[in-house]
Amino acid sequence: MKKKIKLSRRTRGVKRSYITDIGIYFILLLFGLIMALPLVYAVCNSIKPLEEFFYFPPRLFVENPTTKNFKDLFRLMSNSWVPFGRYIFNTVFITAVGTAGHVIIASMCAFAMSKHKFPGQNLLFGMVVLSLMFSSAVTSIPNFLIFTKLGWIDSYKSIIIPAFSSSLGLYLMKQFMDQMVPDDILEAARIDGAKEIYVFWKIAMPMVKPAWLTLIMFSVQGLWGMGSSIYIRREDLKTVNYALSQIMNGGIARAGAAAAAQVLMMFVPVLIFIFTQSNIIETMSTSGMKD
Amino acid sequence: MSDKISKLLHEIKRNRKSYLFVAPYMILFFCFTALPVIISICLSFTSFNVLEKPVFIGIENYVRLFLADRIFIDAIGNTFIMAVIIGPVGYLICLFLAWMINELPRLWRTVLTLIFYAPALSGNVYFIFQYIFNNDSQGYMNALLIRYGIIQSPILWFENPTYMMPLIIGIALWTSVGTTFLSFIAGLQGIPSHLYEAAAIDGIKNRWQELWYVTLPSMKPQLMFGAVMSITGAFGVGSIVTALCKLPSTNYAAHTIFNHLEDYGGVRFEMGYASAIATILFLIMIGSNKLIQKVISKVGE
Repeated sequence: MKKKIKLSRRTRGVKRSYITDIGIYFILLLFGLIMALPLVYAVCNSIKPLEEFFYFPPRLFVENPTTKNFKDLFRLMSNSWVPFGRYIFNTVFITAVGTAGHVIIASMCAFAMSKHKFPGQNLLFGMVVLSLMFSSAVTSIPNFLIFTKLGWIDSYKSIIIPAFSSSLGLYLMKQFMDQMVPDDILEAARIDGAKEIYVFWKIAMPMVKPAWLTLIMFSVQGLWGMGSSIYIRREDLKTVNYALSQIMNGGIARAGAAAAAQVLMMFVPVLIFIFTQSNIIETMSTSGMKD
Repeated sequence: MSDKISKLLHEIKRNRKSYLFVAPYMILFFCFTALPVIISICLSFTSFNVLEKPVFIGIENYVRLFLADRIFIDAIGNTFIMAVIIGPVGYLICLFLAWMINELPRLWRTVLTLIFYAPALSGNVYFIFQYIFNNDSQGYMNALLIRYGIIQSPILWFENPTYMMPLIIGIALWTSVGTTFLSFIAGLQGIPSHLYEAAAIDGIKNRWQELWYVTLPSMKPQLMFGAVMSITGAFGVGSIVTALCKLPSTNYAAHTIFNHLEDYGGVRFEMGYASAIATILFLIMIGSNKLIQKVISKVGE
């Protein structure tokens, strides 16, 4: 059956001194504050009334919280040339389709690479691992040319379809299947006459739920935060993050609305992470790379 | 020879089911990742403005980059400084934080993981710093410094070459607690406790020795994977530069190879030249990954 990794607190090997313990808590607290402060600042700004932005010196915390910024954001953007709802639709659409396609296609590929033996599989997986080592900036110019040839400029396709083949997802899924899906169960199903696609979808996939939750998380994280793309020029196909950068150019008068938009954008990945955290950690336990 | 080929063809036919499974992913991967790398390398030997056909010009682009492009040489320097700080420091912060929260009770660990990971989690959240380090006296940092009399007039944080690099490095470090961190948490939790008990009997005295002789060697695969993630992240710092300092940054003070690529590829449309920049970036990234993996394989020895 499925191997369960132990996530319990380990028993202590060597003695710890209390002074070091206190030191550790202090450093953690300090780091936590530094990491959280800018985020707290954004959340506070999003519920700050306009006049509090003009306090001197500016304050971090808010005195009279208001939801006005969120209303302003929607009013501001519904009067604009492209309605804000359209940006939201674009972001949601790109994220949903891109993520669904990525999880299915990468899992299928990972399944065959992990559980089948065929000529060339090590070469193919090696290429994917190599691609983890450089960023997409390297391929942006040829991709621009390829998309132009395919007629994908100013189309969702130029963002969604390459996102299907993100290499981190395939890597994590393959590593997880290697360790968490026992071959004999798959073999038993095959002997019973199950088709391979059934073995994949009905037997292997339910066993690797932590891995596909992780793929969903990373894919959403990447696509949701997508800003302006060089492949998309039409205003009505751009994303919320692009709109956000436009609002921010409006200066201090728009600071509240911009912070509101930022908080809305942060909300989705944070929420998903809260619900998937333990699954992601479980997946990462098999993420290791051999030298 | 032909015997070998026919045997291989037979093998491929026998395994066609496997190829059907990998085909959708691998075709896309080939079209949008592998092929573009090859195209980029080929284009780097041409002069190409998108409108006309590329013209082969040999290594002229590379000669121009290294001998005639002062800005590129500066960009290499900036990239190097940023990557050397952001990569290793970010990596060590991830390791340090993961190591410290590892022994906390479960609830605390979960909450702290969320807090530390949040900046990396929410995409372009570094835009916040545009407000914190705003140019005018309403900017949070300027207002504080003026209030306490440290400065007299507001500082143009993202336009003043003195402050750009340190700020960008700080912000990049803030967002660097990402996938690497999660991988380390998992790696630490997967170390069986009997290893620590055995080590204590063998005469390990304090937690530093324990870290070096037991913990790190046991999570070496995660250390490798984390390094790949951190290095790729460190070279991606150029996108923060463009977002906060604009392109190009004042006096090119925070200009990185990534920004140079953006400039020639996205603004000037000198695609051959930009491809040469992309190829160099590619080689630097692969090279530093391979180098760091060599270093990490020595951990605990």
